Amino acid sequence: MKKAVIPLVLFLVLAIFLAIGLTRDPRVVPSPLIGKDAPQFSAPILASPEKSFTAGEMRGKVWLLNVWASWCTACLQEHPVLVEYAKRKSVPLIGLAYKDKPADSIKWLQRKGDPYDFTVVDQDGRIGIDFGVYGVPETFLIDQAGKIRFKQIGPVTEEALEKHILPLIRELQK
Amino acid sequence: MKLWLALLLALQCTLAGFAAHANEAAPLAEDPVVEKRMVAISEELRCLVCQNESLAGSRADLALDLKREIRNLIKAGKSDAEIMDFMVSRYGDFVRYRPPVNPVTWLLWFGPFLLLAGAVYVLVRMIRNSQRTSADARTLNADQRAKAQSLLQDPDKLP
Repeated sequence: MKKAVIPLVLFLVLAIFLAIGLTRDPRVVPSPLIGKDAPQFSAPILASPEKSFTAGEMRGKVWLLNVWASWCTACLQEHPVLVEYAKRKSVPLIGLAYKDKPADSIKWLQRKGDPYDFTVVDQDGRIGIDFGVYGVPETFLIDQAGKIRFKQIGPVTEEALEKHILPLIRELQK
Repeated sequence: MKLWLALLLALQCTLAGFAAHANEAAPLAEDPVVEKRMVAISEELRCLVCQNESLAGSRADLALDLKREIRNLIKAGKSDAEIMDFMVSRYGDFVRYRPPVNPVTWLLWFGPFLLLAGAVYVLVRMIRNSQRTSADARTLNADQRAKAQSLLQDPDKLP
């Protein structure tokens, strides 16, 4: 009787592990940057390349950094969500045009609509590397002290916005 | 004679073709020492875009960028450990094909040995059990012995 139970227990343990495995997305790599200072960077602004933006300028503000590109198809998916967000505008949304030709980025924004306060250019992808970007789009929520508080890997969905990003923004602004 | 010449010529062309290919594969105008170190480091790293490939083997855009970054770090005189830290601080332990030994990865590192010990324990018990039962089976009691004896003496009784 006892012996018959052992394989059953082993099977159940295995099944539980596999069931947990099924619910996780292997493509999502947890970022080690969460809770750490956002990398410092300085980059030209897409609309007026003679001016540059430094991440330090956002000190004291909660803001969102959205990494996108005109060649990125998943960005099309999140774009309406961001446009909708821009209407409510709880905190600044800054775009980072990752490995994209500025002319293409500008054209894309003209065609689809521009939800960003402004977009900065990262043509060679160096800023992306500092942020640990490995797939576009990615979105970072950065707090008043310049720490990364949340990272959305892949498109920002309505659900991610309502369930994670907006509540966290409200909490940070208290 | 003509045939031989033609064959020789053909062989030469093929060899020349191979040589040309070999040249193409060589690093293009890169410092071979830097290149060798870069490859050694990037073989230890996972490509984040195609996760089952090493950074060294990947042609993904991000992999090429990261390899360029590693080259720059090598040229800046960084040690291998510093370069590894550069990658881990951005992408986490996941980029390493050899995860570090820490409490989170203990099960990963020592789990297989635990399984091995368990398997050895079960195996030893099974062997001992079967030895005991076969030892019991080897000795016949008086009745069995008498029956065997009668069967041996009178083959007609065999079923």
